[in-house]
Amino acid sequence: MLRIKNLAVKLEEEDKQILRGVDLTIGAGEVHAIMGPNGSGKSTLSYVLAGREGYEVTEGSATLEGEELLEMEPEERAAAGLFLAFQYPVEIPGVGNMTFLRTAVNAQRKARGEEEMSAGEFLKVVREKAKKLKIDADMLKRPVNVGFSGGEKKRNEILQMAMLEPKMCILDETDSGLDVDAMKLVSDGVNALRDEGRAFLVITHYQRLLDHIKPDVVHIMAAGRIVKTGGPELALEVEHNGYADILAEVQ
Amino acid sequence: MALPQAKQDALAARIAGLSFASEGWLGAARGEALARLSAMGLPAKRDEYWRYTDPSGLVAVDAPRAAVFDDSDESPVFDGIDRLKIVFVDGVFDAGASDDLRLAGVEIERLAKAGGADIHWARDLYGVLEARGQVPVQRPLAALNSAFATDGVLIRVTAKAAKPVSLIYVHKSETSDAILHHCVKVESGAEITILENGPAAARFSKVLEVEVAEGARFHHIRAQGRDHERRAVTHVFARLGAGALFKSFTLTANGVLTRNEAVIELAGDEAVAHVAGAAVGDGNFHHDDTVFVTHAAERCESRQVFKKVLKNGAVGVFQGKILVKPGAQKTDGYQISQSLLLDEDSQFLAKPELEIYADDVKCSHGSTSGAIDEVALFYLRSRGVPERVAQSLLVLAFLAEAIAEIEDEAIAEDIRARLEGWLHRHEH
Repeated sequence: MLRIKNLAVKLEEEDKQILRGVDLTIGAGEVHAIMGPNGSGKSTLSYVLAGREGYEVTEGSATLEGEELLEMEPEERAAAGLFLAFQYPVEIPGVGNMTFLRTAVNAQRKARGEEEMSAGEFLKVVREKAKKLKIDADMLKRPVNVGFSGGEKKRNEILQMAMLEPKMCILDETDSGLDVDAMKLVSDGVNALRDEGRAFLVITHYQRLLDHIKPDVVHIMAAGRIVKTGGPELALEVEHNGYADILAEVQ
Repeated sequence: MALPQAKQDALAARIAGLSFASEGWLGAARGEALARLSAMGLPAKRDEYWRYTDPSGLVAVDAPRAAVFDDSDESPVFDGIDRLKIVFVDGVFDAGASDDLRLAGVEIERLAKAGGADIHWARDLYGVLEARGQVPVQRPLAALNSAFATDGVLIRVTAKAAKPVSLIYVHKSETSDAILHHCVKVESGAEITILENGPAAARFSKVLEVEVAEGARFHHIRAQGRDHERRAVTHVFARLGAGALFKSFTLTANGVLTRNEAVIELAGDEAVAHVAGAAVGDGNFHHDDTVFVTHAAERCESRQVFKKVLKNGAVGVFQGKILVKPGAQKTDGYQISQSLLLDEDSQFLAKPELEIYADDVKCSHGSTSGAIDEVALFYLRSRGVPERVAQSLLVLAFLAEAIAEIEDEAIAEDIRARLEGWLHRHEH
């Protein structure tokens, strides 16, 4: 599904190297987790894959089902099946959440040469999916993320993911700012989307989230590289001992 | 103080070719307006009130030439709205294109025919609000309009009007110089919506005087024509009685020079006045909103919401003032002027002012100028929304607060569609 090879990235403005040769392969149906200390490059990796400006790829490649992502515009990556659930979902005053969702769904369908969803059909689907995430009609009507609590914003990200049905989902610290109940709700939303045709990359600081969204593979990232890869037990090790032991061992 | 000779000469040259109709009560009102104008002279670039907008195209003897714009790529403005149409072509009333001027609860008379008739209510309005609006800031072009307007409509509303009255200004001549003056009196408890659209002429001067009596409601929505080369100076003078409502929204897309002044006096307690504008300009576009709101009674509310989207060197100006007179307690005044600059060549000049002489008031004002929010743009694109569509969504979102001042949803939708069309045509 997603194949990242020797990806090296620096910040355009500061000439600061963030990623120093990331290698990562995620197969269809798999859930991978990336853990790592602050500043290790986890969020940068997610932004670079989604196509945010301000980064310069100095080496390497990232392909989604064989197609080079790094040469595409952000909207093309989305239409190709990539989705990033933001760590800090953006507030957009003046744009209704429903308008936003429908514009996005239909733009992707159009880009893929599929038929657009009618207003009636869209409404039906969005209500059904929103209900599962406990997103009420008022939240759908309000401007995108404006006045939403931290938990509501994260649930709104998962709703977008459910509506857009991407192939490759990247969740960037989706657990940050969530209480236990909200984390359960969000995780249930993610688990409902687990499918053999879909892959997940879950970026997190804490093992907690991985109790709910059970990964097949766990990677530890440090100083812009993936330094260790293992099974779910690796996350437990981090939870008990922190990163210090692992980093010492790698070095 | 006598006017300097140069100013006298400029004024004499400007008005030499204009016809002065002296008959009846209207002639007397015109005479007073001419006296006001003669004392002030025409505005000049160095005048404080014209610091950001060069009036030379507005005061020149002849109207600068303006190509007629073909706007047939869009449906006519307000096309889907049931309304009574009154059409002026280059400032001349077009009876054939206009509807019958009868409407239940509304008396409509043409200004050109009013001089001889004794329309008592209009006597108390024509030039009267304009004259009141000359203090503390002089508005000579409004006095010129009162003195020399060739036509217009006098509208008295005595009940809730069955449908909007729609003033349509067609521009056909490249050199037309139109001067129209309307008066609207909304009697106690009555309600009307006035629509205006079109460029009107190569150069257009328009004054609208509105008296909104106790508990009456007045709605005003206009779309100034898309002609790129047209010039316009317009004034709205409004006076509100107790509990009266006044709402005015203006869409300006294109036009080489537009100066829209609104002078609003909240004279009765608990009156509400909202004045809003959305302006979009690309290239040779200079748009000036000059607003003066006076709170002269208690517990009144005023809102000024002006938004401008500018690109390729377009210039936006906002001069807005809230004056709270002594005793106007519990005033609630709000003013916001914002511009979205789509490139670094465009310019927004704002002069927000508050002057408050009462101690128990709530007044806020803000003015900002900024670019498209890149983070929001990326967020939309990351969901698959193409860049241009995302940009249009964000621009419309920026304008939404101004459009929200239109109460009628069908009219608001018409305006929104115009803006979407404009954005679509000016993507590059």
